[in-house]
Amino acid sequence: MRNLFKIAVRNLMRYKRRTLLTISLITIGVVFVLVFISISGSFKNMMIGQITDSLVGHIQVHRKGYLAATENMPLDLNLKFSEFKQLENTLNKQSEIEAYSPRIKLGGMLSNFVATSNISLIAVYPDMEFKTLPLLPSKIINGEKNFNRGEIIIPQLLAEGMNIKAGNVVVVVATNNDGSVNGKQFKVAGIVERLFGPSGRNGYIHIEDAAELLRMEEIEVNEVAIRLKNFDMLNPINQKLEKLLSKELSQQGKPLFEVHTWEKLTPFYTISRMIDVMTFFIKLMLTAIVLISIMNVMIMAVYERIREIGTIAAIGTLPGKILSMFIIEGLCLGVAGVAIGNIMGMLIIFIINSLRFTFNFGMVTGLLLSAKIHPADLLSISVTVIIVSIIASLEPAFKASKMEPIKALRHI
Amino acid sequence: MSLISAENIHKDYQIGDICVKALKNINFGIEPSSFVSFVGPSGSGKTTLLNLIGCLDKPTSGKLKVAGTDVINLNRKQSALFRGKTIGFIFQDFNLIPVLTVYENIEYPLLMVEVIPPNDRKKRVNELLEAVGMVDQKDKYPDQISGGQKQRVAVARALVTNPRLVLADEPTANLDRKTAYIVINLMKRLRDEFKTTFIFSTHDQKIVGEVDVLYTLEDGELKSAEVKGGGKKNA
Repeated sequence: MRNLFKIAVRNLMRYKRRTLLTISLITIGVVFVLVFISISGSFKNMMIGQITDSLVGHIQVHRKGYLAATENMPLDLNLKFSEFKQLENTLNKQSEIEAYSPRIKLGGMLSNFVATSNISLIAVYPDMEFKTLPLLPSKIINGEKNFNRGEIIIPQLLAEGMNIKAGNVVVVVATNNDGSVNGKQFKVAGIVERLFGPSGRNGYIHIEDAAELLRMEEIEVNEVAIRLKNFDMLNPINQKLEKLLSKELSQQGKPLFEVHTWEKLTPFYTISRMIDVMTFFIKLMLTAIVLISIMNVMIMAVYERIREIGTIAAIGTLPGKILSMFIIEGLCLGVAGVAIGNIMGMLIIFIINSLRFTFNFGMVTGLLLSAKIHPADLLSISVTVIIVSIIASLEPAFKASKMEPIKALRHI
Repeated sequence: MSLISAENIHKDYQIGDICVKALKNINFGIEPSSFVSFVGPSGSGKTTLLNLIGCLDKPTSGKLKVAGTDVINLNRKQSALFRGKTIGFIFQDFNLIPVLTVYENIEYPLLMVEVIPPNDRKKRVNELLEAVGMVDQKDKYPDQISGGQKQRVAVARALVTNPRLVLADEPTANLDRKTAYIVINLMKRLRDEFKTTFIFSTHDQKIVGEVDVLYTLEDGELKSAEVKGGGKKNA
């Protein structure tokens, strides 16, 4: 085998310029893919981080059927206090969970005694919510970065539209589960900015204020947002929770809870998928570059060396060895291209990170571009290029191995 | 027992609608350790016959045994194995592998065809480098040596696997007179030393004068078989 490699390398060195061009093409392809994956991956991770850490959390648990009706914020699909305790008991036992936050989502009317508008409220325990969504305090752009009972955080859209400022007093009117209307006065603690600018009508109040407003005898929740210690464990932990919570049944004997990852809870998952699709097509392009360039070189190599193939076949070289000889040549091209490409790609990623480029996402400015490439990506790209190199060499190598020595020796 | 025996060999080629009879009813026998040449004008069938003996091609009909093996019934892989073990080839254009040095070219059949321990391989290659007088050129590449030297390397390569038979198609055609004599004498000496049978196809009088048996081919027919040093063989 060592000798086959030696002969393959020497044959490649026979046409130095052609070999160099082919290796350069593969190198450029590998570098392009690595840089694209590292930058798009960085953007994707940052986007997911912003959404999960300031809006939805990593996983959410609801009463079965709630998510389908979430636009209406139904209060009849709340988890009763005992049911929430049941859920809390399960969550507390999971060492992979860093924090969770029970929520009541409700709709109401907001009045500052001059104007009235509708508002969507997320009622939470602030300390639990801030542990679950650590970026949320940074979104409160005016007033206190926290709030207590009797205080409200107003969305930027309503604050600007109704000229509400921190410290103002407002009234929230809401309809409870029985259909009766209740009102409560709040002091504005702060203004919350939406991730994508002054849109949306989500404000925050204390969960106990919401219970009072809705005249709940015991606190009921309709959503529990969960933050994991390790985001990479999202799917296994989601599956584990699904399995554990599927055993919890309602009085009717049906599953009580439904568990969803962030992917099901926000349309930004589509953007994340689009990035994945783009990455896939970039990889496909790399595959095509490697396939075409190596196949081209190997077809030429076989054509130029027909008499040589005839000679080695005549002196008794078995077809299998002739096949291996040409496959190894293609393999060497791929390995050289991927090795140089990996080194150059890593170097470029290092330079990008050293230059500390920044970019904006929604209302978030000055985000640092942190290009990273996972060893798994590096490995998968390298293996793909090497496999494609072998595949590209197969047809010319088969042709060489099947050549009749007598015909090959006659070739001029 | 003959090293090669051919009975009623015919070889036809189909070129479009035309059937070309390249060999017609060829019969001969070649003894071990002999120095044999097939002569005849271009197109007489010399190379075709050598290709059949060398298991590079198969006759249309007839019986052909080489070293006791019925080579007509060998498949592609068996033919390759048989060639590697039994036959050495010397080509008109030397056909050395350009990316390998002189040493590596001679070593090549031992690496690719036979499995031989490295020490034995080295010993065998050095023995042949010495025999063909190329020890001091062993690290050179084919494009760095002369035509005569190339053919000496080709002779060493043909002999490195200890074949019972070496086939040489016009081995001196690309060499000058002096170099041709050196190569022929070298082959003759190696025949004596290794007891290998050498068969040539040629119309070079230099070779013709040196061989033990001379077969003459004309229009695909074996016209005469002359044993040097007296007598005629039945053709």
